Amino acid sequence: MKEELFVSGRMNDMIDPTLHIWHWQIPLYLFLGGMAAGILCLAALYYIRGEGKTYYTAVRITPFLTPFLLVLGLLALFIDLRHKLFFWQLYTNIKLQSPMSWGAWTLMVITPVSFIWCALHIRDILPKWDWKYKWLKELEKFFNKYKLALAWIMLIYGLILGIYTGILLSAFNARPLWNTSILGPLFLASGLSAGAAATLLLSKNPDERKHFAQIDLVIIGIEIFLIIHMFMGYLAGTQVQIEAAKMFLGGPYTMSFWIFVVIIGLLIPAILEILELRKYHIPALIPPVLVIFGSLMLRFIIVYAGQVSRWLY
Amino acid sequence: MRYAMAVDTRKCVGCSDCVVACQTENNVPLGLCRDWVVEVMDGTYPQLEIEIRSERCNHCVNAPCVRCCPTGASHFAEGGIVLVKKTECIGCGACIASCPYDARYPHPDGYVDKCTFCEHRILNGMDPACVEVCPTKCMYFGDLDDPNSDVSVILKKRKFKTLIPEAGTDPRLYFLI
Repeated sequence: MKEELFVSGRMNDMIDPTLHIWHWQIPLYLFLGGMAAGILCLAALYYIRGEGKTYYTAVRITPFLTPFLLVLGLLALFIDLRHKLFFWQLYTNIKLQSPMSWGAWTLMVITPVSFIWCALHIRDILPKWDWKYKWLKELEKFFNKYKLALAWIMLIYGLILGIYTGILLSAFNARPLWNTSILGPLFLASGLSAGAAATLLLSKNPDERKHFAQIDLVIIGIEIFLIIHMFMGYLAGTQVQIEAAKMFLGGPYTMSFWIFVVIIGLLIPAILEILELRKYHIPALIPPVLVIFGSLMLRFIIVYAGQVSRWLY
Repeated sequence: MRYAMAVDTRKCVGCSDCVVACQTENNVPLGLCRDWVVEVMDGTYPQLEIEIRSERCNHCVNAPCVRCCPTGASHFAEGGIVLVKKTECIGCGACIASCPYDARYPHPDGYVDKCTFCEHRILNGMDPACVEVCPTKCMYFGDLDDPNSDVSVILKKRKFKTLIPEAGTDPRLYFLI
């Protein structure tokens, strides 16, 4: 029987036997960033369409989550850095070929924008809010005047943030599982779905809830299509991509991926939302919580499994 | 100037002297290595073949690590050597994830570390430590633009291969077969 035996003398920490350079921080950030991107995109979209009153929660209340999500995400990213004191180097360089550089600059724009958007709506949650200082009041007036432009910035940078979290991984051709351009759209869809779920959690208006359940359903459909499409791509690809797909089709990540991401995170909430739209009584918390959980698991499984997938030589 | 290295897989005995020489020369922290020895045995007993390779960073022409680096810490130095500037590296790990050869590792001090082709030695006209110390003289180093350099001469004479050329990295580490 023909055999091949491979012995390597290398045993570098976090590199061998399989790469494990990125731990919980990166997938957590990809999830938080993706969800913030989803919330901000939807808020900006409905504001631009002039539906701020109809979809009050999505435009004015849910965005209050985003500063927390983004700050937590940035904190996770900072914890991940190993040469922490040099983090500012991200902002003295622009590297067009590096998705991580794009991401750093996008966060530099979208984080302050999310704070400003919340500041403009602070009276929706704290009716007696007073800015106290005159210059803050002037600033509020200024941003209120250009709120439409702000919404456009929020929409565009939200889309970039949502899609870059996937492109960040797909740019690594060394890891065949990540090296698919489907990952950008898939992570964007997953972020939008988590964003819609956040509004479902917070909204008490039946019409708004119905609308966002419908949106969530459409995005879940897109996600399932993208996942199937992704595996078709792997299986029609080169040997390394076939090996990458096998991790999910019988390999070590089969159970966790299909159960946590596809069944619990996509199919069950989709069925529950359909039942809810058909007027069955479903506890309001369950579908959005499952969607958000699935979105988190997707990031964890893709980041961990991707590091195991490799070239054979 | 295009620095390159060739390793003769038919002469290498896998003694790991190159590994120790590198660790000593470059003060590589304990437990880590910038170069390493791989043994691949294949065939059907008793018709077995063994290939022994001393591997390191391939100093790729189309280096994914340089492309992915968000700060420019990973860069091409004179002669196409891929280096990391310690004071620009934030330790994000993007270059480590981007390398199909897994040639980089996080240094305990935080920055990312890798083979430098012993830049400090070659600037002074010496060979890299691994090449210098090899007891079977199975490694050749030099400038590909100079037709008389050790590496150019041996590559003209012998058949060679690179590792995972299909990854599109265009490596500068050649294995004589």
